[in-house]
Amino acid sequence: MEKSILEVENLRIRYGGSETDAVRGVSFTLGRERLGIVGESGSGKSTVGRALLRLLPGATITADRLRFAELDLPSLSEKEMLKVRGRRMSMILQDPKFSLNPIRRVGDQVAETYLRHFKCSKAEARDKALAMLEAVKIREPKRVYDQYPHEISGGMGQRVMIAMMLLADPDLVIADEPTSALDVTVRLQVLNILDRLVKDRGIGLIMISHDLNLVRNFCDRVLIMYAGRIVETLAAADLDKAKHPYTRGLLAAQPRIGGGRTPLAVLDRRPEWLEEIA
Amino acid sequence: MSQRRIRFYGAAGQIGTIAVTLLGLLLLTFFIGRLMPADPVRAIVGEDATRETYEQVYRSLGLDRPLWEQFFYYLGDVFTGNFGTSIRTGQPVIQDILHVMPATIELATFAILIGAGLGVPLGVLAAVNKDRWPDHVVRVFSLFGHSMPIFWTGMIALIVFYAHLGLVGGSGRMDQFYIGLVEERTGFLLIDSLMAGELDVFWSAVNHIILPAALLGYSSSAYITRMTRSFMLDQLGQEYVTTARVKGLSRSQTIWQHAFINIRVQLVTIIALAYGSLLEGAVLIETVFAWPGFGQYLTSNLITGDMNAVMTCVLIVGVIFIGLNLLSDVLYRIFDPRTR
Amino acid sequence: MDARVQPTSRLPAPIQALKNIVLFLLKSPTSTFGLFVLALLVLMAAFAPLIATHDPYAQDLANTLQAPGNGHLFGTDELGRDIFSRLVFGARITLTIIFLVSIVVGPIGLVIGTTAGYLGGKVDTVMMRITDIFLSFPSLILSLAFVAALGPSLNNAIIAIALTSWPPIARLARAEAMTFRKADYISAARLQGASATRIIFKSIMPMCLPSVLIRLTLNMATVILTAAGLGFLGLGAQPPLPEWGAMIATGRKYMLDSWWLVTFPGISILSVSLAFNLLGDGLRDALDPKQVNRR
Repeated sequence: MEKSILEVENLRIRYGGSETDAVRGVSFTLGRERLGIVGESGSGKSTVGRALLRLLPGATITADRLRFAELDLPSLSEKEMLKVRGRRMSMILQDPKFSLNPIRRVGDQVAETYLRHFKCSKAEARDKALAMLEAVKIREPKRVYDQYPHEISGGMGQRVMIAMMLLADPDLVIADEPTSALDVTVRLQVLNILDRLVKDRGIGLIMISHDLNLVRNFCDRVLIMYAGRIVETLAAADLDKAKHPYTRGLLAAQPRIGGGRTPLAVLDRRPEWLEEIA
Repeated sequence: MSQRRIRFYGAAGQIGTIAVTLLGLLLLTFFIGRLMPADPVRAIVGEDATRETYEQVYRSLGLDRPLWEQFFYYLGDVFTGNFGTSIRTGQPVIQDILHVMPATIELATFAILIGAGLGVPLGVLAAVNKDRWPDHVVRVFSLFGHSMPIFWTGMIALIVFYAHLGLVGGSGRMDQFYIGLVEERTGFLLIDSLMAGELDVFWSAVNHIILPAALLGYSSSAYITRMTRSFMLDQLGQEYVTTARVKGLSRSQTIWQHAFINIRVQLVTIIALAYGSLLEGAVLIETVFAWPGFGQYLTSNLITGDMNAVMTCVLIVGVIFIGLNLLSDVLYRIFDPRTR
Repeated sequence: MDARVQPTSRLPAPIQALKNIVLFLLKSPTSTFGLFVLALLVLMAAFAPLIATHDPYAQDLANTLQAPGNGHLFGTDELGRDIFSRLVFGARITLTIIFLVSIVVGPIGLVIGTTAGYLGGKVDTVMMRITDIFLSFPSLILSLAFVAALGPSLNNAIIAIALTSWPPIARLARAEAMTFRKADYISAARLQGASATRIIFKSIMPMCLPSVLIRLTLNMATVILTAAGLGFLGLGAQPPLPEWGAMIATGRKYMLDSWWLVTFPGISILSVSLAFNLLGDGLRDALDPKQVNRR
């Protein structure tokens, strides 16, 4: 059996100044597959992603185990983390309007990933970036390279972000709501590009989203998070057989074309969902 | 409407605004000039003049005309560059001003270099360490610069650093016996002395400019620090900073190569504005340091009661201020790709 | 059970708000310093005849330029006058300047700014042109010009400073008014038939009040320095009035040997200016709408 890329056991995260943990005892493993983490705002799903990259200033992160490939993440110094971020593990952010530096050319920002991690000339990095822009199906990569973020569309911006984050060939990519800021018509396009790249390169992907339908169609496995805990883990194909009432509630709240016209069920939150499984 | 047309109308609108402001400025200075209770005719003819002489000068000054007509004469004078003659020096006021301006510009430029050189890094430091002790230290430091009466600090500094410690030169632009040694070509002593190859005059000039420039710079650094901190905080809260960190850039790389470059244009703008404010401090500092610049010229005219010269000086300051505002607007437009 | 809400304090609302603000300010050491210095200033001014040890105008030509000590807390000046007493009475002048300037500048700036911001259009353009003109000058230079034209005196200095201080307040009030006028509750008031005047005075101005107060406090720090600067140049309060800036000007001649002539007035100016800056910063934290729940 292939060794998993990521092993997380009993992850706890607490923000400084807060009285409760934002993430309470989360455990999961990730192989060369696509794992979806679904939850509402405040469930802690984005926090988990950022904790893996250690980009939560002022938060205390503890875990029984936090293994990424051969690395024990908590034991790494900041200097060592700098070599991990972008190169072995990266993250696709949500909104290219904000996640791209407005006064630098788009292509330069992509090339920066390569320059940062590999010793090469600027021209070489540029070539790599151009090749990557082609890989994310951007036509006229040379023209787009020289453009500024405000001059390109949302879909193109997100493809630039994908290019930027996959350029150094990481083992693990976290996609934090990668299509939430895009027009519905563009979402599938971008997801397909991501899908193909992830498959071709054998990257482990964690897709964080609030959209259950999206995750269901795109991922192999799904984690449902609620109030900082994982309440259910199952294969995407088995979602209809979900047992936990929260998951069932989420599924029931999804409108369906051709479904009945009765009012959609509203989640009936039970206090026992907040408790941790011993 | 084409891009060109839009920009043309935009520029025309801006020029129109400036023109109106300038006109208002002229109105204001004209009005203030007429406010004075002192009799301008008396100032020229003296106490014992005969009635005819008084009337003659009265008419020659145009004081018998209605006010709005006087204003038009005033406008005419301004646009032909005729600002009257200084009572004290006997020279045309505009010539006097051109003569003393370089000394002040030299001082102000030196000061703004110190102020920005100090203020910008401190502002970045404070922003990056928000609410921690470096932030508080920077805040207190710049608060003093902002709260001190600069003429008083100047005096104390002169006593301590010149009289007691002998570290810097005293008042004036250079030591007494160097005066007149260097030919005045640009009016900037530092440049002129280097051009003439007189190195000891150069060092004397440096010695003399360092203290007033440092004090002026310190007082302007407060504003620069505060604005830099504010701008940096805005940028540090942006998502692209996270992107840079995700890519594997270190904290300092992210701060300087991503966040800082986004505020460069804004910084240039506020530095230009701070430069204008230095003119205010210059008036007081030049008095304390006997610096033969524009500020001293203004105050000596105040003492002699030469209102014409005073108002001309005030007008010049207003024009410079407007010019600096315009410059910073233009610079912003040129350098921010989003406004292209 | 009685479902009616009972008020928990017996003080009227504005006084209670003031008390809350002061209590908040006292939590921070810097704001406390600011409040302390300001309170000291007010006390010194109010009880000057009781606090001062000598008559500030009494000359004693046998005792000129005495160092601190010997019954003269801060020494004597070139005419033998007690510097400490002059400082104490000078606090009255400082307080007068602060008080008069803020009384004039606050309301005028607020009215002009909110009117321009709310009404927009031509009114706005005209008012903004006027403020732009005044803003084209550093306040000291324009004050200089005014005082030079009107003649040097304390009153003219106050008028001049007030004339140069209102534009930033008006600008601020205008910016705030422009944000608030878009609010739904303003539209509601208009639909009810409220006149523009009523809306401006009752709805918009109170909302602008916090930021204007903060800016006013911060501006007072600069006003002090400008007033001292005018005094230093001989354009403010005329001798023998014990204005702090003027004291520094006259003391300048003797300062090499008699440091006390300029040190104490200077420290006073610095302290008061610093106090207003710290107080303004503290007020900004206290009145920040995002932190309202902390009060």
